[in-house]
Amino acid sequence: MAEVTLDDLRRILRDCAGQDESVDLDGDIADLLFAEIGYDSLAMLETVSRVEREFGTSIPDEAVQEMVTPRTTLAYINRRLAEDTAGSAA
Amino acid sequence: MTAIVVTGLGVAAPTGIGVETHWSAILAGRSAIGPITRFDASGYPTRLAGEVPDFVARDRLPGRLIPQTDHWTHLGLATAQDALDDAKVVTSDLPEYQMAVVTAGSSGGTEFGQREIERLWRDGPQHVGAYQSIAWFYAATTGQISIRHGMRGPCGVICTEQSGGLDILGQARRLLRSGSRLVVAGGTDASLCPYGLVAQIAHGRLTTCGDNARAYLPFDADASGYVPGEGGATLILETAESMRARGVDQHYGTILGYHATFDPRPGSGRPPTLESAAAGALADAGLRPDEIDVVFADAVGDPALDHAEATAITKIFGPYGVPVTAPKTMTGRMYAGGATLDVATALLALRDQVIPPTTGVYSPAPRNRIDLVGAYPRQDRLRHAMVLARGHGGFNAALVIGRQLTAHDDQGEATWRK
Repeated sequence: MAEVTLDDLRRILRDCAGQDESVDLDGDIADLLFAEIGYDSLAMLETVSRVEREFGTSIPDEAVQEMVTPRTTLAYINRRLAEDTAGSAA
Repeated sequence: MTAIVVTGLGVAAPTGIGVETHWSAILAGRSAIGPITRFDASGYPTRLAGEVPDFVARDRLPGRLIPQTDHWTHLGLATAQDALDDAKVVTSDLPEYQMAVVTAGSSGGTEFGQREIERLWRDGPQHVGAYQSIAWFYAATTGQISIRHGMRGPCGVICTEQSGGLDILGQARRLLRSGSRLVVAGGTDASLCPYGLVAQIAHGRLTTCGDNARAYLPFDADASGYVPGEGGATLILETAESMRARGVDQHYGTILGYHATFDPRPGSGRPPTLESAAAGALADAGLRPDEIDVVFADAVGDPALDHAEATAITKIFGPYGVPVTAPKTMTGRMYAGGATLDVATALLALRDQVIPPTTGVYSPAPRNRIDLVGAYPRQDRLRHAMVLARGHGGFNAALVIGRQLTAHDDQGEATWRK
């Protein structure tokens, strides 16, 4: 099963929404709020759309509200991917 | 009424990035017109342009903003930052609701938009980026400047093509008269991508001449249209009181008069109204025609439009009555960015008491009875300058600027206030 890692998320964030010079994206960001590392709701919409395309899943727009930190985001996305796998296996 | 002063300038033009780089290129008569390099334009009827050289967004802007905004907004953000630095503005010292942003643009984020439209047709709607929603539209540059610098006063964008570059200064003056303390007023345009160029070609005024030195010759007998350019300028406008309240005295000059008009519909038989715009700006400034020492022309490079402009100038100033110049022969026509850049250039002309040249025009059409400044700068006593701009679709604007305030002016102002 494909899993989205923190490094995947870093790469996608950088690519689609750029990077704030004052933030060390390679540092320990898992529990920081996206607002603190310079990403707004539009950045999250774009990130989610990239994840959908790259990992072949579908994520409702409302889910973005749950994605307040990289950790909650990865948890949500990977739960979703696991459900997709379970769904296609059933 | 209190004086409106220009305390900061930022320039990103084909003639260079930075106020003094641009000004020295203009005075040296160094044309920046050359083949389009931003994309392969070899298959298009217009292949020349004035491109901003050596602009590296990564060196000039927060990394986060680069993929979220168009090249035209990059230029607007960079010139706004330069202008604020030049004016020594410390934004945290000023009330956020009294700092305003007004920009002019005439094509929006076409390069960004083209990229996203290509994704739409090639890959499908899921591939269109979320930033398309905010990057293409005209107000994007204003919004990004406002957010970046924490300016929550009245913000807006004016889309009147080339005239917009002057209309923003009229609007900035209104805001300063109604409670704003500082206005970031910027005109930039950058539409040198296939979609943007095709849109410009459609109105038939771009030259198809392929010779750098002969392509854009306003008021010349061989005028064949104009070369498009990109870039622009940002000005910081304040009241003299706001400037002094910041402990700053250094400024480039004053905004003395502004007027805008709209032409009658085509076929109405009534004449265009550039002359009224110029007369209105003079009246607004409280000046006589003989107190204007140089006119920066709109200079479309179309024989009929050039003649209409020369006629308007002649009616107000008399035949050969005032020096007329068009340094945009070196940058191409930069739309909203062009008129604001002309104001920046005119302020530098007043500062240094020298009229910049109009390059390339060696055989002026004799029916245009204007004193066109030729290939070399002209030293002169310059008290006031007028800048003219016409926007495609019937817009006209004129702006009158003056030299820096002196201690004597301050006394007058203080007396007036009593």
